[in-house]
Amino acid sequence: MATRKNFSIVAGPLSRSNPITTQVLGICSALAVTVKVDTALVMSGALIFVLVGSNTIVSALRNLIPSRVRIIVMLTVIATLVIVIDQLLKAFLYDISKQLSIFVGLIITNCIVLGRAEAFALKNSMRESALDGLGNAMGYGLILLLVAAARELFGSGSLLGLQIVPDFLYAGQGGWYVNNGLMLLAPGAFIILGLLIWLQRTVTGYREE
Amino acid sequence: MEPHFGEGGKWSRLAPLYEMVDTLFYVPGTVTSTAPHIRDTIDMKRSMFTVIVALMPALLFGIYNTGYQADPGAGIMQNVRTGFFAVLPLILVSYIAGGLCELLFAIIRRHDINEGFLVTGLLLPMTLPPDIPLWMVAAGISFGVVIGKEVTGGTGYNVFNPALVARAFIFFAYPGEMSGDSVWSLADELTAATPLAVASSVQGTNAATLVSSAGYSIKEMFVGLIPGSVGGTSTMAILAGAVILIATRIANWRIMAGSLAGMVAAAFLANTLAPASQNTMLSLSPLHHLVMGGFAFGVVFMATDPVSASQTDKGRWIYGILIGALCVMIRVLNQAFVEGIMLAILLGNTFAPMIDYFVLRQNIAKRQKAYARQ
Repeated sequence: MATRKNFSIVAGPLSRSNPITTQVLGICSALAVTVKVDTALVMSGALIFVLVGSNTIVSALRNLIPSRVRIIVMLTVIATLVIVIDQLLKAFLYDISKQLSIFVGLIITNCIVLGRAEAFALKNSMRESALDGLGNAMGYGLILLLVAAARELFGSGSLLGLQIVPDFLYAGQGGWYVNNGLMLLAPGAFIILGLLIWLQRTVTGYREE
Repeated sequence: MEPHFGEGGKWSRLAPLYEMVDTLFYVPGTVTSTAPHIRDTIDMKRSMFTVIVALMPALLFGIYNTGYQADPGAGIMQNVRTGFFAVLPLILVSYIAGGLCELLFAIIRRHDINEGFLVTGLLLPMTLPPDIPLWMVAAGISFGVVIGKEVTGGTGYNVFNPALVARAFIFFAYPGEMSGDSVWSLADELTAATPLAVASSVQGTNAATLVSSAGYSIKEMFVGLIPGSVGGTSTMAILAGAVILIATRIANWRIMAGSLAGMVAAAFLANTLAPASQNTMLSLSPLHHLVMGGFAFGVVFMATDPVSASQTDKGRWIYGILIGALCVMIRVLNQAFVEGIMLAILLGNTFAPMIDYFVLRQNIAKRQKAYARQ
């Protein structure tokens, strides 16, 4: 039900305990798929599917999994879901799935997924685990979209493929503006991510021990 | 006047601004109250001012050279005038844009505006091509001040040289305006390749021959009448600055000497490998490396930045050698980045604290051994 506790399970990972900016997990894909907003959007969708699915299934099985082999079981569940979403993307969003290339497959190794299964789903009810998966995946997606929007806007002058910076501003067409090439490189994502973390920690006052 | 800016005064938030003007014109009235006491009138402001003075020969020559590259036949006065009106806006924009960022952080964080910025704001335009759009200078210096310095806590805590961070940002963000043959001269129809670009332009031909057949003699490159960044072409003028810095002990000579040694050693190593390789940049002599590109400028003015360099004497040697050798390696082996000194110094900055750490550890171990023998 929409209780206060359930709400905080979903909303917490959006800011206070965000998997990327606070726990600094899932950085690899955050750097790799954020050159354009559309790839980041699809990647976030894929992660929501996998994380909600894996948290629910692991939580359903939590009393059956022997704790010695729990990592293998959890990885099997996650890998299955990742393969399903990878095949779905190949079937229905072929172009974007080509751009995402290996990074959908690499969701298997995304620390957020295994981390939530281990830290939350093994100890909590199915409903709460599903909500926790949703919250964390959305927290991941939110940061991905922010980074991707900044990189696409400054790096390519567009958002979701739509030209934002007007043509006449560009050097070579009478203007002076030049797209920022650094934003297309991985260090650009590092810098944007760093600035986001800076902003968030200034606002929330969170400190690393 | 002062009470307004003091604690509780009506302009207390603008105190950094007052402090800046006050100490620039008057020697501060405060004396050091805690140990150690150093009996000297020098403070950050005087030492940074010395660096500005040391930069003057290179800057003045750069102004002349900028005009000279635009129109070699126009005569000295005309060249100086052209150069002056091309270089002055770069410096002004750099100071204003960077100064605003600096002021913003000084007010928010309530610290004083730091004199180091006077050097950073002048160093950046001197490493840029004279033709660069002004808004890129503004973007670059803001990035350098904020990301290169303020995020890690401001002056004294910066890992990298802020001016180099700014230059690296412009270099990677807007490569079209920072490299190639058409950016180094003000005149649009003139394309002028820098000697380093010439040397790596044709594969399979001796690099030194390419440079001299393009009309660049060693002597000309030493004097500095060649296309290049505003302040970095003249090894001669930079040497004059180096003499000032070393004589006043503002910069440490060990870093410069180490860089020179590292560069010579790496260049000789490259020369011995040259016959076995297709890469003709390998055959460039140490003398070429010294006078071409920004090696001299970087080593004298940027590698010696006291904050981002190593702090121990032995560490300074290692740090210098590392930078010199890396510079040659990047120039010779990675021809996507013709100018290696910027990346070499940034890498050197990265390793500087680690070098210090090991020098200290080694010293401690040595002393412990000596103690145990007693």
